[in-house]
Amino acid sequence: MLPLFLLADSRLPSGGHGHSGGVEALVDRRLVRSVDDLALFLAGRVRTGGRVVAAAAAAACTLASGTPDWAPWDAAVSARIPSAALRTASRAQGAALLRTVALAFPTPAVAALRALPRVHHPLVLGAAAAAAGADPGQAAALALHHLVGGAATAAVRLLGLDPLRVTAVTVGVARAADPVAADAAALATAAVAAGDPVLLPTEGSPLTDVLAELHRASEATLFAS
Amino acid sequence: MHRDDLMSEIQAAHAHTPLPAAPGRAVRIGIGGPVGGGKTALVAALCRTLRGRMSLAVVTNDIYTTEDADFLRRHGVLPDERIRAVQTGCCPHTAIRDDITANLDAVDELVALHDPDLVLVESGGDNLTATFSYGLIDKQIFVVDVAGGDKVPRKGGPGVIRSDLLVINKTDLAPMVGADLDVMRTDAERLREDRPTMLVSLREQPDAAPIAEWVTALVRARRS
Repeated sequence: MLPLFLLADSRLPSGGHGHSGGVEALVDRRLVRSVDDLALFLAGRVRTGGRVVAAAAAAACTLASGTPDWAPWDAAVSARIPSAALRTASRAQGAALLRTVALAFPTPAVAALRALPRVHHPLVLGAAAAAAGADPGQAAALALHHLVGGAATAAVRLLGLDPLRVTAVTVGVARAADPVAADAAALATAAVAAGDPVLLPTEGSPLTDVLAELHRASEATLFAS
Repeated sequence: MHRDDLMSEIQAAHAHTPLPAAPGRAVRIGIGGPVGGGKTALVAALCRTLRGRMSLAVVTNDIYTTEDADFLRRHGVLPDERIRAVQTGCCPHTAIRDDITANLDAVDELVALHDPDLVLVESGGDNLTATFSYGLIDKQIFVVDVAGGDKVPRKGGPGVIRSDLLVINKTDLAPMVGADLDVMRTDAERLREDRPTMLVSLREQPDAAPIAEWVTALVRARRS
């Protein structure tokens, strides 16, 4: 269990501190101004983009028992992220995490990730989770944990929110995310069993995609996404 | 000067590399220090002085990411494709110390594209506790300035004490701010044991000659 905790730790070198999960673009436009706004945003992200990355991580966790061909699964993640800016952000964080994971968990499945130029973050996370002893449900939960934690931390830094209150609402979001993780893992397991990445879930949130594109075109940003 | 002329001048400067090539052996130097000390001015000065001697690339981590890169471009010291800006999410020290992955990515990309002799990694403006991880860089320069007060070296911190080179910039301002340069030099030397300290005014010495020599010696040593 302890190796898995290392993958959940925000101190893990994985480039996450440079990404806000869409929060900076919302804060800049005064669409997120308070702890309550943040809670609403996170609840929505968990059910949409969160469900997609959770399923991708769970699928990777299952696939990582062998030496998979990651390319079709990587393409499936790309197909579920309409914003080019968010695809770039996902691949940048995947590459960053893979630097750490390739040293810490050098399994054949992790080595196979390096055959692709820059793999999406949830696939790296899922493969590492498998090496750390996780089951697909735990890998899905791990992906949601990082999605929620990264956005919440960014909101504290950008708005000066009370970190204790943010933690409290994050717990509420996390409880609501648990069934999403379980559901995403079930879908992912079925997709892997069928050998068909098309079966992965496809929810999205258009505002997040549009704002990500505007964010990338903005001059003065603190976070890469 | 017209932009195209400037770019061809810069390219010509890069084509002229009198030192023997050493593929894949770029020396990586981190430049850190508090806000306003002169990190970007030092990077610009080193680029101007060294670009005729060696192949260079720069990674900036400034809080408003594109500002430093734009500064370097405006002053025509490096072409755009040799500059990468890394965003640090309000945590400049994290990006150079605890989680260096984004900076490693930027450095590796520049190395793959240009195979430079020297990569300068400029930290975002931080405070006296900032320090680079040696997983990211080979040597680090810490830049403080006289205008911050002559007690700065005495306050210590990992940058002042353990950096490979301490630069105390803006010596020209000492009379204006009532700072005693001898106090700064003595305090720095006492804390730093045998590690070098240089007192400079980048405004008065825009070629940063002594620092450029220190950097050149590192690049030569890597090649020998």
